[in-house]
Amino acid sequence: MNVLRDYIKSLFLLELWKGLSITGRYLFRKKFTVQYPEEKAPMSPRFRGVHALRRYPNGEERCIACKLCEATCPALAITIEAEPRADGSRRTTRYDIDLFKCIYCGYCQEACPVDAIVETRIYEYSFENRQDAVLTKEKLLEIGDKCEAQLAADIAAQANYR
Amino acid sequence: MIETMLSLWEWLGENLVIVQILIKIVVIIAPLMLCVAYFTFAERKIIGYMQVRIGPNRVGPKGWLQPIADAVKLMFKEIIIPTGANKTLFLLAPMLTLGPALAAWAVIPFSDGLVLADINAALLYVIALTSVGVYGVLIAGWASNSKYAFLGAMRSAAQIVSYEIAMGFALVGVLVAAGSMNLGDIVRAQQGGGGLFNWFWLPLLPLFVIYFISGVAETNRAPFDVAEGESEIVAGFHVEYSGMAFAVFFLGEYANMILISALTALFFLGGWLSPFAGWPLLGAMTDWVPGFVWFVLKVAFVGFFYLWLRATFPRYRYDQIMRLGWKVFIPITIVWIVVVGLMVVLEMPWWFD
Repeated sequence: MNVLRDYIKSLFLLELWKGLSITGRYLFRKKFTVQYPEEKAPMSPRFRGVHALRRYPNGEERCIACKLCEATCPALAITIEAEPRADGSRRTTRYDIDLFKCIYCGYCQEACPVDAIVETRIYEYSFENRQDAVLTKEKLLEIGDKCEAQLAADIAAQANYR
Repeated sequence: MIETMLSLWEWLGENLVIVQILIKIVVIIAPLMLCVAYFTFAERKIIGYMQVRIGPNRVGPKGWLQPIADAVKLMFKEIIIPTGANKTLFLLAPMLTLGPALAAWAVIPFSDGLVLADINAALLYVIALTSVGVYGVLIAGWASNSKYAFLGAMRSAAQIVSYEIAMGFALVGVLVAAGSMNLGDIVRAQQGGGGLFNWFWLPLLPLFVIYFISGVAETNRAPFDVAEGESEIVAGFHVEYSGMAFAVFFLGEYANMILISALTALFFLGGWLSPFAGWPLLGAMTDWVPGFVWFVLKVAFVGFFYLWLRATFPRYRYDQIMRLGWKVFIPITIVWIVVVGLMVVLEMPWWFD
């Protein structure tokens, strides 16, 4: 009896019609597509985009060259060189992030004791020369200055969970 | 104006038949190529919609210029001929795919009597030409000097040879039912007071289904696209092709799909006949619609099924394709040919009386 039922099932393509009816119904479903350049998807405050170095409100850079980010970076994308500044404080002389190596895991941001290195919400960036992929200290600080308001707000919003 | 054109046309027919035929060919091929281009657009849109996306919508209003942009892009790309490839065969292969797909349109009646070559062996001609299309794939695979292309060509050859038989048998059923090999006569044999219930799809239902599925296999379309198998052998027989050579393959594939849709419409769905002919109310209401429109609608309907299948089913495993072709389709078609023969001999009412 089961054999007969299987034969009928396969000869009348019952399973195939079931599949076709599903795609047929989906044809008339409302579409989810976001029209990207005009519309954008909502973004979490934890979004991990391109990096930035932050400053204190008085203009002093936060980074104290503890090199925790460099140590924790799983992709070895961060290179730091440091020496004492004229006023005796410990500062970086070089802070490079190689964006080709970076996997945007956010460990540097988590490791940082002074919230200096952070990942911004910026994801629309590109470079035309390979050397542009290395973000130097100046570039990182510049990005940080540009997004400081947003970064401070995001970090404050996430403070309870960290 | 119209009179001078008509007299010129007649003069051409009497003195320069070749020119007249060439004009007719252009009148068939030019819109066909446009249809092929927009069939690719329809495919991307419909499959997109079935996957809850909206498909291409950037080039031109609502994306309507997308196929034109694709064509322009491919035209300006370089045709790369691999080292060790047989140059002549390599460039001949795409033409061998597209040529038969276009040549078969010579015998397709678009409406009653509206056909380029009204020959009595049209059915044989069509079977022969759709078979010749395999050579394009085979030669492409061999001439590319690439293992992926060669694997794709071998798969395609074995598959198409297997399904050709089932397809041929399905057409034998149509031949028995219609009693003619002229495509126009086959359509006229489906005429009757019942409209769409008079067409051959009802008495020949298994053959209709098998013909269509074999057609999908013949044109190397999903779920039978093992010749391309992009997840297994990159792109199969046309891995090495680029630019316009690839575009010609692409056109050939889609022209073949439209051709199979048109043939399905002619053999089983009554060609240019109105589906409501002889119906009490609808029949009179749709009387004014020209046969050409019905034909195009039917071709579009079958073509939609092609895209629907592609959006729904995963690729067949190779041994399952062979099993389906040899152990399922061929026995069913043979049995049904006998049944059709009996129906015709006993002059079954509605269709064969």
